[in-house]
Amino acid sequence: MSDKDKYTVVEAPEGYSGSGFFATTLDKAVGLARKNSMWPLPFATSCCGIEFMATMGANYDLGRFGAERLSFSPRQADLLMVMGTIAKKMAPVVQQIYEQMAEPRWVIAVGACASSGGIFDTYSVLQGIDKVVPVDVYVPGCPPRPEQIIDGFMKIQELVGNEPLRRRYSPEYKAMLESYGIKTDSYDK
Amino acid sequence: MEYTILLQELKNKFEDKILSVDEAADIFTLTVNSEAIKAIVTYLKEQQSFIFLTDLCGIHYPEQEKELGVIYHLHNLVANKRIRLKTFVSKAHPQIDSIVSLFSGANWMERETFDFYGVDFVGHPNLIRILNVEYMDYHPMRKEYPLEDATRLDKDDRFFGR
Repeated sequence: MSDKDKYTVVEAPEGYSGSGFFATTLDKAVGLARKNSMWPLPFATSCCGIEFMATMGANYDLGRFGAERLSFSPRQADLLMVMGTIAKKMAPVVQQIYEQMAEPRWVIAVGACASSGGIFDTYSVLQGIDKVVPVDVYVPGCPPRPEQIIDGFMKIQELVGNEPLRRRYSPEYKAMLESYGIKTDSYDK
Repeated sequence: MEYTILLQELKNKFEDKILSVDEAADIFTLTVNSEAIKAIVTYLKEQQSFIFLTDLCGIHYPEQEKELGVIYHLHNLVANKRIRLKTFVSKAHPQIDSIVSLFSGANWMERETFDFYGVDFVGHPNLIRILNVEYMDYHPMRKEYPLEDATRLDKDDRFFGR
């Protein structure tokens, strides 16, 4: 194509190519597809959510990374983005939303409050969402700039692209979920 | 309506129940015996047109003998006059008559005061926690409890003076 230099495409994974064929592992092909079409669920409770709105806007445009389509239903979401202070009363809601997401699912804690409670070291605030759900990537900042949120998102993409397909069926993964009190009955085939 | 007249009428009716009077502050304030609070609020509402309950809240003074306080702000909408009532109970016997039967708006305010200070409003129709998590086992605004959350991991005592 003549106008190929006007747009960019993702790089092909490692593999063997020859005349008319390209061979790679299934893990890598699936990972490539997954990581470039993430559907994030924004769980925005405070100022980090405002920064996320800027991240989705035209200047920063998270859509460039394949996350154009936000999912406001957990059923279709791949990535839970928790942005803001989570009160202890909100903690069961975060966990329920995580449980409603279909596998494979990832979680990113954006900002100091979601990561550790932040400045709200008090009896009413959950001291980090990793008390109720497993977190894959933490983004520091109070609030983080859109560049940091994008950096956190790209770290998630890295994890998604390199994840072995068997991981979510392993007993270790199940034990990890159960350590957070998340039901895993439906994982047995 | 002048406060001096109101005070005289209150003193005629509740002489031994009024513990102190503060006219100097921004709002005319009475400190009253906790057993008479419902009778006084009833009198103010029905006889003196203090028909609006602006606020009801708790306070904790650990140095006092009767540590826990409940504060009522009433508003006379006819004369546009306000009055503040303070009453104190001990932590061992934190019972105060509920005024939900007089002001429906007191329902959530009394629940909040119970939630944070553990004041037992006798006669409240549904005295359960309203803002904090249901499984909380103490009343967090009492001074003997620390503000900080005990589950915090990233703060090192040596650097944060805890």
